[in-house]
Amino acid sequence: MNKAELIAELAKRRGLSLKIAKIAVDTIIDRLKKAIINGERIEIRGFGSFSPRHYGPYIGRNPKTGEKVQVKPKRLTYFKVGKELKEMIMGAKKD
Amino acid sequence: MTKSDITSSLYERLGYSKRECGVIADSFFEIIKETLSKGENVKISGFGNFVLRDKKERKGRNPKTGEEMIISKRRVLNFKLSQVLRKAMNEK
Repeated sequence: MNKAELIAELAKRRGLSLKIAKIAVDTIIDRLKKAIINGERIEIRGFGSFSPRHYGPYIGRNPKTGEKVQVKPKRLTYFKVGKELKEMIMGAKKD
Repeated sequence: MTKSDITSSLYERLGYSKRECGVIADSFFEIIKETLSKGENVKISGFGNFVLRDKKERKGRNPKTGEEMIISKRRVLNFKLSQVLRKAMNEK
């Protein structure tokens, strides 16, 4: 599923026009993005949480050439799957 | 932040009731959850991709007791942040 399909499904479920559904999806994504850029933790019950992680510098290797490269410290987002979503995914696998 | 912050953003932007905005936020996450539970990945351009991975059965150890055990095959979910967002969070 991509963003356009998500917008169409939200429009259908909530009885919104595509235009309004697009504004809604963009608003939600912009809010999530803002939180991530600001280093805020996001917690959505039943879905999961996004938390900022810092990674220190390290010496890595270019997997193609084997050459050593200095990897700079960086920030990334770690997503932890919520309990309900985890069960939904695992349940689907068992069937 | 939590879902109530998202509801507030929707309220400011759409001008619908707080209740309706809460329902829209719930539907947004519900759609993603249902899609993933059907085994389909979700890609949101500019934000990131939710990618399912099937893991094979493997041998593992109970870290507490040291006992060897079989870790059953399972499906896990990874989130990969978009390139753009990755760059943005490292520029600040």
